[in-house]
Amino acid sequence: MLEVKNLHVTVEGKAILKGLDLTVNAGEVHAIMGPNGAGKSTLSAVIAGKDGYEVTQGSILFEGRDVLEMEIEERARAGLLLGFQYPIEIPGVKNIYLLKAALNAARAARGEGEIPAPEFMKLVREKSAEMKMDPSFLQRAVNEGFSGGEKKRNEILQMLVLQPKLAMLDEIDSGLDIDAMKVVAQGVNSLRNADRAILLVTHYQRLLNHIEPDRVHVLVDGRIAKSGDKSLALELESRGYDWVVEESAA
Amino acid sequence: MSAPQRFLERLPARRGDEPSWVAARRQAGAARFEAIGFPTRRDEEWKYTDVRRIADGDFGLATHADYDRDQFESQRLALDAYQLVFVDGRFNAELSDLEGLPAGASVQPLSQAIDQDAEAIGGSLGRLAGVDFSPFTALSTAFADEGAVIRLAPGTVVEKPISLVMLSRANDVPVMSHPRVLIMAGANSEATVIEHYLGEEEAANFTNVVTEVLLERGAIIDHYKLQEASLSDLHIASIHVDQTRDSRFNSFNLSLGGALVRNDLVADLNAEGAETGYNGLFFVQGRQHVDNHTLVNHNAPRTFSNENYKGILDDRAHGVFNGKVYVKRDAQQIEAYQNNANLLLSDRAEIDTKPELVIYADDVKCSHGATTGQLDEEAVYGLRARGIDEPMARALLTLAFAGEVMEQVKLHAIAERVERAVAGRLPERFNLADLVETAEAVQEA
Repeated sequence: MLEVKNLHVTVEGKAILKGLDLTVNAGEVHAIMGPNGAGKSTLSAVIAGKDGYEVTQGSILFEGRDVLEMEIEERARAGLLLGFQYPIEIPGVKNIYLLKAALNAARAARGEGEIPAPEFMKLVREKSAEMKMDPSFLQRAVNEGFSGGEKKRNEILQMLVLQPKLAMLDEIDSGLDIDAMKVVAQGVNSLRNADRAILLVTHYQRLLNHIEPDRVHVLVDGRIAKSGDKSLALELESRGYDWVVEESAA
Repeated sequence: MSAPQRFLERLPARRGDEPSWVAARRQAGAARFEAIGFPTRRDEEWKYTDVRRIADGDFGLATHADYDRDQFESQRLALDAYQLVFVDGRFNAELSDLEGLPAGASVQPLSQAIDQDAEAIGGSLGRLAGVDFSPFTALSTAFADEGAVIRLAPGTVVEKPISLVMLSRANDVPVMSHPRVLIMAGANSEATVIEHYLGEEEAANFTNVVTEVLLERGAIIDHYKLQEASLSDLHIASIHVDQTRDSRFNSFNLSLGGALVRNDLVADLNAEGAETGYNGLFFVQGRQHVDNHTLVNHNAPRTFSNENYKGILDDRAHGVFNGKVYVKRDAQQIEAYQNNANLLLSDRAEIDTKPELVIYADDVKCSHGATTGQLDEEAVYGLRARGIDEPMARALLTLAFAGEVMEQVKLHAIAERVERAVAGRLPERFNLADLVETAEAVQEA
């Protein structure tokens, strides 16, 4: 589904990713871990088309399409969604406006008509209940005045409504207390299916107690230094990152 | 012949039985207007607004008040309200409806009030808006013979809004009208009054309206001015408010239509506890010009004002905001807040904004600010990252900008209408109206 090859990225002239390779297949959950500054967030930001990242080498293919040639909104419509570490506040735009406009945009891209209003209403009410969000959140401006936990739940709500093919979640666990983390993890787990892939970017292993990954990658200095199954995450939890850093330097 | 003379020539012959005070004021208005003429951009108050389109025009007076009922029904606010309807300044009794007005409330066309209740209104009409306020109030004083008079006896609460519908027709020859609105709110009375300007799409008339609002102790008036007239209409308005102790005046000045629109708002807070709220939103496109001049006079201690004006300007439209807050000597412990924000959707749109605070007391809480800018690019990205294309993202954010004023609007029918009008007039026309509808449906479900 996603094929990243030899990806080099600079930010303000500074090399952040230095030849990253990653393949994610449908149905898989991948976790990207690594020490601070390794380039974890850069990877998902580049895939989502965020400004300020320059790809100097390499390629990103999503279902065979060249992602780097696609507009930001095209990527989202194709099913590539990024849940932000710091969800963006969109002053005055009601959650429900964003959800409906985004859903209809994705449907239009697939050649489907607009979602009928009653169906949409049912969908958003169901999904907000799943995320334990009061329906009044739908009428509030996107992330405006939301607490950290509410913002993160809102990111997952968007995923539940928009049903991406590849959901990338950047530090979705940061700033969450244990109850909020459970709700968020439940939401993410409900996205798991054979046709969808999930890419978790996280610094800590604790999220992976709630969302079990198929593959764990350790990003060190702009490249994947080590990959393994979920046991690698546990090893990182007990031993820290230093040994991987040393191993990759050797 | 000078421009003022050309206008004054249109003064109709007066009826012999007109009360002498009315005739005297007309003469004073005409004399004043002839002496000072139309304002020019050399006048500080008219620096950014050129009224030559009015001064050079030749406007007749409407000869009848006919208006197609179906058209009217399709245009009016979807709102259960008492209504007085005027067409090009003339009263239309057929379209008006005051059925069920509570005892203690009187709503009349001005012509009838002059005939029947001259004593009751004579002292108030023109008291706040004298011939010296502006050339247009002088012109109004010379011409005005129609409009609306709303009187509320002490303690009267009118639940349904009172809607004054001012229709502008597409005439063969453009006409002018000089409606007066007089609201006299007795102690502890409450009402919502709407001035709604609209009409036929091809209308190109000149409306010069003067509104005076007198609030007795504890009275509460919500005043809506919804300007949706044709894009060729010329519109000059002034609203004058006099507030006594503990009274509350809330103004909602919502301006979408008109080629040239000038609003003057003046509130005098004359006794402790008086509160004024100014909420304004304008959205201009093409070559529309909207000028809002607001003034709050804190003449007494412990008075409160809060102002929030927002403008959205597209194409080559021009906006003006001049907001003045004046705190009189020793008017201590007042609070005055003012905010003006403008959004420019085009490089060629222009806004002139000037907030002014003049304070002669030392124990006050005041703030003011003005911002003008473009849309938040981070927010544009946030929407695009969810698959919403850029024009739609910009449209949503523009609607949101207007939404901050609309949230204060208590009449749902007006908030919804304005929101839809803004959505429908955005540069890239998407199905925002449908979005608004869905949001409402979800809320109600």
